[in-house]
Amino acid sequence: MNESFLILIVLADSTVRVAAPLVLAALGGMFAERSGVIDIGLEGKMLAAAFAAAAIAATSGSALAGLGAAIAVSVLLSLLHGFACITHRGNQVVSGMALNIVLAGLTVVVGNAWFGRGGQTPQLEGSARFAPIDLPFAAQVQNVPVLGPIYAGIISGQNILVYVTAAVVPLTAWLLYRTRFGLRLRAVGETPGAVDTAGISVSLTRYRALVLGGVMCGLSGAYLSIAHNAGFVRDMSAGKGYLALAALIFGKWRPVPTLLACILFAFADAIQSRLQGKALPIVGVIPVQFIQALPYVLTVLLLAGFVGRAIAPKAIGVPYAKER
Amino acid sequence: MKSILTALVSVALLAGIQPLAAQEFAPAVVFDMGGKYDKSFNEAAFNGAERFKKETGVAYREFEVTNETQREQAIRNMARRGATIVVGVGFSQAAGMEKVAAEFPNVKFTLIDGVVVKPNVQSILFKEHEGSFLVGMAAAMASKTGKIGFVGGMDIPLIRKFQLGYEEGAKYVDPKVEIFANMTGSTPAAWNDPTRGSELARSQFDRGADVVYAAAGATGIGVLQAAKDKGKLAIGVDSNQNHLHPGTMLTSMVKRVDLAVYGAFMAAKAGTWKSGVANLGLAEDGVAMALDADNRKLITPAMEERIGAARRNIIAGTLKVTDYTAK
Repeated sequence: MNESFLILIVLADSTVRVAAPLVLAALGGMFAERSGVIDIGLEGKMLAAAFAAAAIAATSGSALAGLGAAIAVSVLLSLLHGFACITHRGNQVVSGMALNIVLAGLTVVVGNAWFGRGGQTPQLEGSARFAPIDLPFAAQVQNVPVLGPIYAGIISGQNILVYVTAAVVPLTAWLLYRTRFGLRLRAVGETPGAVDTAGISVSLTRYRALVLGGVMCGLSGAYLSIAHNAGFVRDMSAGKGYLALAALIFGKWRPVPTLLACILFAFADAIQSRLQGKALPIVGVIPVQFIQALPYVLTVLLLAGFVGRAIAPKAIGVPYAKER
Repeated sequence: MKSILTALVSVALLAGIQPLAAQEFAPAVVFDMGGKYDKSFNEAAFNGAERFKKETGVAYREFEVTNETQREQAIRNMARRGATIVVGVGFSQAAGMEKVAAEFPNVKFTLIDGVVVKPNVQSILFKEHEGSFLVGMAAAMASKTGKIGFVGGMDIPLIRKFQLGYEEGAKYVDPKVEIFANMTGSTPAAWNDPTRGSELARSQFDRGADVVYAAAGATGIGVLQAAKDKGKLAIGVDSNQNHLHPGTMLTSMVKRVDLAVYGAFMAAKAGTWKSGVANLGLAEDGVAMALDADNRKLITPAMEERIGAARRNIIAGTLKVTDYTAK
């Protein structure tokens, strides 16, 4: 088997693992933002969901219970965000940042009081965690040229949440573009006044969008702590929420481009892990710092040069008030 | 209102005067950002302080730093409230301690993992390279592929010191061994990113490594977990982490921070405390390779014997390990 092909498989495998939480969070954020609510609190919600998942999974021993808790916490926080900036028309960026800051501290404080481990949860074992699933025939087809390694190396052996993510992408696109609810959601983000005139509640639609976004953000948080890793460590979201938001803007608030943006970021990350300390032809060993800056450099280049203008939903960031 | 104010002032004055009046031994410790239950570096310091309290019956003051700006303030508060000795845990407290030590020349300060040159500061360093050398030998001997990995946390000289010792140890056993080394990042966030740690470890496994050494704080948790998931061997750091995943934990490079804290308190109490720089290595039991029931089966007698011989040679000075920070 060709060595560079194998490297590609390994890179793709790593890309899929890193991309999954980004995709979930970004698409979750898409619901909120397309309905006109800025969702900068993704980072905090993801962190809180990761903590809830690990804490409940550790105490109950069930990964499903952890997942449920993650979704519940994330939805509640989304509703809180909604209460501040839909019902009370507060500033959406301030509310979202407040969530981020409060949760960064709160997860550690609660974790410390609960488990007494400096904000970490116990390591999860066995059924408290979503382990990788080997799809049928993965071992048998491994030697089939080209397709075999792709099936066995990339598609098989991921955890259940990765497959859920794969299913969520078309589902999101369908919901947003092919259903009545999706049409209203998008309309609320562009011209809420028109939707209101048609007799549809702007607030309710926005709340629904936030709940959907909360569910997906909960999935992404659970992915971090009980699928990809086995336990919560403070600040473990490590900026992934912001990265997801960047991917969303990068993808112009549309599902497929957003997915591609997430994959691009994840690929840059995978390649970064690979290139460190490796001697390349001509240039030799590249300094670590340069490699680590690569994803960001890539983002700036692409955003500046290739993507063109990203046009936000018109009513984003504007609280809706009926005419008085 | 006025009376309340007067009362408050007098209480404050009393509180300020009291410790000075009572010339008793008052030790204090300031933990760093990981917190005293981090299962690693800070917890070792906490254990040392607890041991002192248990054996002498003298209580100590403590503070857990939760953000960058608190370090200097915490150290100053301890000194102002009449602590006899203040132990600062972690290299990042050096700057704060240097300032405060100048303000309180009569208070003793002990800094762990960093150096401050002041007549009233004791700096305790560890020869991490010596301990890493031993676990590097273990890694090279346990590896079947002849390829081993290293995952560092933040890219700082201290972590390079771990890495260099590890590489020298591995090469000492097998000059042809191939070593993949990765750093998690160049900001303090690199200590808390188990996801990245796990990806780095997996990329090393994919390249053929079958033993990986994590010197990366909480990021290491992801590394050890990845090794368990993939059925490879991992080496822990600072505290004995063998119990985390018995069966896939080859060993841990233990740094006896507990002994350093306990020793500083005891010496200060007995009046034998001295300022200056202490460097604890294998000879002083400051660093060691952990061997217990959890990894007993993974370390063969042949390995143990060879590592033991190297340990004796390092102590005797016939085997030199390069210290990255002294290069």
